[in-house]
Amino acid sequence: MATVSEVQVEAETEDLANKSRFLDVVMIMLRKQPLASFGAAIVLAMIFMAVFADVITTIDPEANDLEFMLTAPGDQFFLGTDQFGRDLLTRIIYGARTALFVGFTCAIVGSTLGLVLGVASAYFGGLFDLIIQRVVDVIMAFPLIILALAVVATLGPGVENVIIAITIPFVPQCARVVRSNALAIREIPYVDAARALGFSHMRIIMRHMVPNVMAPFLIMLTSFLGQAILLEASLSYLGLGVQEPTAAWGLMLQGGAEEYAESAPWVAIWPGVAISLAVFGFNLFGDGVRDTLDPKLRSQ
Amino acid sequence: MIKYLIKRLLLLLPTLLGAAVLVFFLLRLVPGDVCEIRLAGTGLYADPAEIELCRKDLGLDQPMIVQFFDFLWGYATFDLGNSMWTGQPIIHEISLRFHLSLQVAIMATVVAVGIAIPFGIISAVKQNTWIDYVVRGFSIAGIAMPSFWLGILIILGLLIGSQEIFGEPWMPPIQFKPIWEDPVWNISQLIWPAVATGYRYSAVATRMTRSALLEVLREDYVRTARAKGLLEKVIINRHALKNALLPVVTVISIEFAFLMGGLVVTEQVFNLNGLGRLFVESVGAQDFNMTQQLVMLVVLIFVLTNFFVDILYAWLDPRIRYS
Repeated sequence: MATVSEVQVEAETEDLANKSRFLDVVMIMLRKQPLASFGAAIVLAMIFMAVFADVITTIDPEANDLEFMLTAPGDQFFLGTDQFGRDLLTRIIYGARTALFVGFTCAIVGSTLGLVLGVASAYFGGLFDLIIQRVVDVIMAFPLIILALAVVATLGPGVENVIIAITIPFVPQCARVVRSNALAIREIPYVDAARALGFSHMRIIMRHMVPNVMAPFLIMLTSFLGQAILLEASLSYLGLGVQEPTAAWGLMLQGGAEEYAESAPWVAIWPGVAISLAVFGFNLFGDGVRDTLDPKLRSQ
Repeated sequence: MIKYLIKRLLLLLPTLLGAAVLVFFLLRLVPGDVCEIRLAGTGLYADPAEIELCRKDLGLDQPMIVQFFDFLWGYATFDLGNSMWTGQPIIHEISLRFHLSLQVAIMATVVAVGIAIPFGIISAVKQNTWIDYVVRGFSIAGIAMPSFWLGILIILGLLIGSQEIFGEPWMPPIQFKPIWEDPVWNISQLIWPAVATGYRYSAVATRMTRSALLEVLREDYVRTARAKGLLEKVIINRHALKNALLPVVTVISIEFAFLMGGLVVTEQVFNLNGLGRLFVESVGAQDFNMTQQLVMLVVLIFVLTNFFVDILYAWLDPRIRYS
């Protein structure tokens, strides 16, 4: 029987082994995918900013302070204030919440719906496949922002509607890619075997097909993240997305940014830096995921 | 070939019909109808008679199927209806603005090609050197940067730059003049949005040029050309580039169609009264008629561009023969 100290030592060595394994993974990642690691670092920093926004800064992002309108960057306001006297840095930190919330929701919901539709379309084939594919054709004939605008036109602005507007164009894109992969998997004997064993459609789809199309699914999901953030910023900039006084990067560039471009350039610069950096980070990370999961796509 | 073209053209019809169905029902999916949203959506009191009038105006009092065929019949007879906001015929509003957007789109494409092809070539030829890394960084930045922010930065740069150089701030003109009336005025107004959109669109094409050229440079015939002792310049210009540019042409043409979408935001930044601006304004003013016609216009442009890319491809690449 092991004594207490032996158990402790064992646990510690296991801990150590786990830790070094984790570090190994990080080191391998850094060496093999330096750009993707850089992207991942930006993404992690953003997530940290979004989660701990109220710990990082104690200033209210939505409170107007007319005394400090358009104050230049300095000791009191690190990045300056906007036309309502709100601290820009605080609003950028809280803006990460909006951007990530919209980005992750749209990407996850859009690609998951696409996954289900794509696999189902490939599995059932026939008329169901034909109808789904024609609908996908039609939706893909709309440029992303145009379809999103059409949806906003119907539903009106606001965070929830923006999420719906961005998610809808993602579904067919993902469904198309997943379907072409799932078609190949349907022909593999184990799917026939599963069917011969009398498994239900649901079980075959969920247990045998879905796990095998995870690679294209994850590639689409990560590539959607950056796109969703950019799209949300564009819609908010147009005044058709997230509404005041919520802190959102695109919204921060609306109105004030151009008007005060000359007298208060910081209003026009920093939110844009935040958007670009976020999209840049997510794209690098997404490229890395794609390179790892699909070597065939590497050259594109 | 002719048979293929006709078949391809006929295949456009179901897509367009599908788009029409989607747009038509999208705007009718909302609870209540557009008239209620428009007149009472903000919680204001709306006169029921007024809502009835609006419904009658739009034909919403008709059965759904009648409305849909009316909508389709409009396309057949080029009657797109009137704007709910200005009351003007939609076709008139669109034709007023179409040439501005088209000009910016063409200029932006020129900018994109002007950046993408030379940069892509340099990047491929100098693969894995610092030049390659700089070019790739430049193009990745282009994808990450929102074009409206780039537009704001350009305006900011122009203001500050002109202040430094000429002592007084200069802004691009706001009033639009067609290029045949006042070319200098026209170009000095439209070059900036073209640069802002063009840079963004060059990013994908630069990466495409680079990877396509890299692939071609590894082909046997390029090795043969090198073995013959040809100059590297001749090998690239005469032998490699011709084949490498095919996929680039596709990417650029398809993006031309997307430019219409990209312009939506850029026109707003530069205060240009084009189709993109009209689109945003009609969405904001809940002008459903105008919105659905503009969406259909963009889809039409998109679908037609794809069609022409197909033909262009066959024409450029003798190996492709449609039958």
